[in-house]
Amino acid sequence: MTSNAVDYDTLIPNNVGLSEDRRLLKALERWHPGYIDWWKDMGPNGFQESNVYLRTAVGVEKDGWAQFGYVKMPEYRWGVLLAPQVQDRKIGFGNHQGEPAWQEVPGEYRAMLRRLIVIQGDTEPASVEQQRYLGKTAPSLYDMRNLFQVNVEEGRHLWAMVYLLQKYFAADGREEANMLLERRSGDIDKPRMLGAFNEETPDWLSFFMFTFFTDRDGKMQLESLAQSGFDPLSRTTRFMLMEEAHHMFVGESGVGRVIEKTCEAMNQAGIEDPYEIEAVRALGVVDLPTVQKKANLHYSLSLDLFGSEVSTNAANAYNAGIKGRYQEDKIEDDHRLLSDTYPVLKLVNGEIKGVEENALTALNMRLRDDYSKDAGKGVGRWNKIIKKNGIEFEITLPHCAFHRMIGEFANISASPEGTLMSNETFSQQKDNWLPSQQDGEFIQSLMRPVVEPGQYANWIAAPKVGVDRKPGDFEYVQLN
Amino acid sequence: MPELIKQHLIDPEICIRCYTCEETCPIDAITHDDENVVVDADLCNYCMECIAPCPTGSIDNWRLVNSPYSLEQQFEWEELPMQEELGEQDSVSLNEALEQEIASLLEQAHEGTGGNPSAPASAAQPTINLYSRGKPAFAQVQGNYRLTEEHTENDVRHIILNFGDTVFPVLEGQSIGIAPPAEEGENAQLIRLYSIASARDGEKRNANNFALTVKREPDGRCSNYLCNLQKGDQVEVTGPFGGTFLMPNDPNANIIMICTGTGSAPFRAFTERRRRAAPGASGKLLLFFGARTPEELPYFGPLNKLPHKLIEKHLVYSRIPGKPKEYVQDRMLEQSDTVGKLLQCNQTYIYVCGLKGMETGVDKSLQEICLRHHLNWGDLKTNMRASGRYHVETY
Repeated sequence: MTSNAVDYDTLIPNNVGLSEDRRLLKALERWHPGYIDWWKDMGPNGFQESNVYLRTAVGVEKDGWAQFGYVKMPEYRWGVLLAPQVQDRKIGFGNHQGEPAWQEVPGEYRAMLRRLIVIQGDTEPASVEQQRYLGKTAPSLYDMRNLFQVNVEEGRHLWAMVYLLQKYFAADGREEANMLLERRSGDIDKPRMLGAFNEETPDWLSFFMFTFFTDRDGKMQLESLAQSGFDPLSRTTRFMLMEEAHHMFVGESGVGRVIEKTCEAMNQAGIEDPYEIEAVRALGVVDLPTVQKKANLHYSLSLDLFGSEVSTNAANAYNAGIKGRYQEDKIEDDHRLLSDTYPVLKLVNGEIKGVEENALTALNMRLRDDYSKDAGKGVGRWNKIIKKNGIEFEITLPHCAFHRMIGEFANISASPEGTLMSNETFSQQKDNWLPSQQDGEFIQSLMRPVVEPGQYANWIAAPKVGVDRKPGDFEYVQLN
Repeated sequence: MPELIKQHLIDPEICIRCYTCEETCPIDAITHDDENVVVDADLCNYCMECIAPCPTGSIDNWRLVNSPYSLEQQFEWEELPMQEELGEQDSVSLNEALEQEIASLLEQAHEGTGGNPSAPASAAQPTINLYSRGKPAFAQVQGNYRLTEEHTENDVRHIILNFGDTVFPVLEGQSIGIAPPAEEGENAQLIRLYSIASARDGEKRNANNFALTVKREPDGRCSNYLCNLQKGDQVEVTGPFGGTFLMPNDPNANIIMICTGTGSAPFRAFTERRRRAAPGASGKLLLFFGARTPEELPYFGPLNKLPHKLIEKHLVYSRIPGKPKEYVQDRMLEQSDTVGKLLQCNQTYIYVCGLKGMETGVDKSLQEICLRHHLNWGDLKTNMRASGRYHVETY
């Protein structure tokens, strides 16, 4: 070892025997400086020198899972951690059901696996890029810290995917790993691979909606990859899911706190009608109809991430034992689906109708349904806050035909209730259903940073508990 | 009085139903219905595996109850019930221990802090009161070694307790309770508290054990019971207790440790923790340790082997023939420059542990050192106490 060699077992917490794997170590050593450059260029803008109270995973066991402490983000220890190996694990579905799980990439599915890993990997740095300016308008140090925690963990998830590419896919894996650092969210020439990850995250309400709706797509994808017959992918994604739960929390509690503050302000001002938008906005809080519009936007963009409702790719990945269903191991059926059907909403003779499709080709639809159910429960908890405050309003999820760019309803226009209409009528109504420029400007006007410990912007309630049980005035980020 | 139970509960208003806890629980004590995620009090063994993975903090809720809430009751909740009134408990003592007997012992021990102590901001979250008199943990004596030389008057012992499969999570600075078994016809004995002398992960890493440093007192029922224990004996242990006299996790924290005799126990734990968790830490460890003679200074040998880079040691003796008596407060004054410089830094923590008698001398020295450095010890102490940086635990 030369004097300036990096001690990778210390720098990269891992449970994959990194220091003994010369080939992998060499590949990661080559990739690592580029990653740090990417983080400094495209990571949180203006806060690279700040001490942030972050959770670092240094192991998968109880004591290693969540170590809290102040750290400068470029010095965060992004680790390579896999959930513990399940002894004698068998492939749970598809044509190879019952065979031992693969510890190496099966040659016949190499390309398919690589593509799935690359697509998953591409979303991780993309969201960091999308969110890089939000720190400057954080409504509190608590929220700023949560944003950065989400960001460093997305960074770690990129590491997790890069580990798989470099360990199991030789030269083309290394090439893909490099490409993950080269694409940029929203870039015209080299955009990120999926649509929603090239959209802007212009304000904190969008950020909360994004973590609630779009990261939840990530959760569903990880859940189905956690079922994979390729054991290293399964173990990697199982551990990622534990971190992903924090992102769901940031989204759900973030929107919940916005709603809570709005309801509270309305009650204090004696406003009963949630549609008195100007009066509510005059209180410096976000009116509930605008919250609904944001939900409409982010939910519909996220549905697009599930791809076409009917897809042979999805069927192939399932048959191959590469990607299962959500909680496949808890479903009681034959796990082959050869003669099963699944109802898919389709456009039939100008009407939206349920059609029974082959269950294998309808796997994207099924995963999307599971997603909608999961998201719906969270929305239900938001509504409890509104109800508790005695205000008559309910946030709802729009119809799956509303505002879609991909799949069965890409070329039609429909209202949030699912009523088909001409493009012209849709355009006229659009501002009632999706955030208008004016709505965006209003929200922007609220985005003023609050950096006093324990203080929160006027438009959002304080959280019920601190991170790591810290007291209310804890300085989650030490700004320089 | 019926035995109180510490029940683990999940706050339904904060929980996002990600079921990570349910996936993590090694004994399937966590379950859910369409509404809530709940913990089965009959199954939960306080292993704490579920605490860290919870993204929301909703998992970390505890209520002291006479009889536990059933699963059905928990499924119905829209919010967590308040802690029931249990009599004399107040919220301050609840930070340290949930039993009045223990809480008042700790309150007395911490009196010298001069106000309500608080934990260092970066300290790990302590677990308290997992085991009580009615439901103690059983440990086995793994070793019992005399620390002081045979010919000396003081019999101070290093007693290692092994917990086998029992979960007993501790942090450096916490204490455990031991009551010697009552003999026939006798009333239950008072509980005595002992500081843990090992790092949180055991005497050796990942061993489910820890050591105590116990001095045999001439008429001490509990200390004699402990000092007489043989390898293999079983001991009933309660705790862990203490939620403020804890070590900062921040590697930049400077820690000034002032002790006499068995008051060294928590500092042995602090030092070992720093050595294991943050070996190259920039924060300084500074120890003032007083005893009558080197032969009576617990851990004299191993302590001398610790490198200066890890810890600056001042071992001070009051009974060396032909030499003037020296106490910890004298050496602190002599080291006024070092101590004064550290006191000016807001990442410095002071811990005093030992006999009550040492408090006054130590306080006077700190006052004098502050004077020499144009600081006001009264103000500084208040400030340090409020920010969890000044701790006294004396008996």
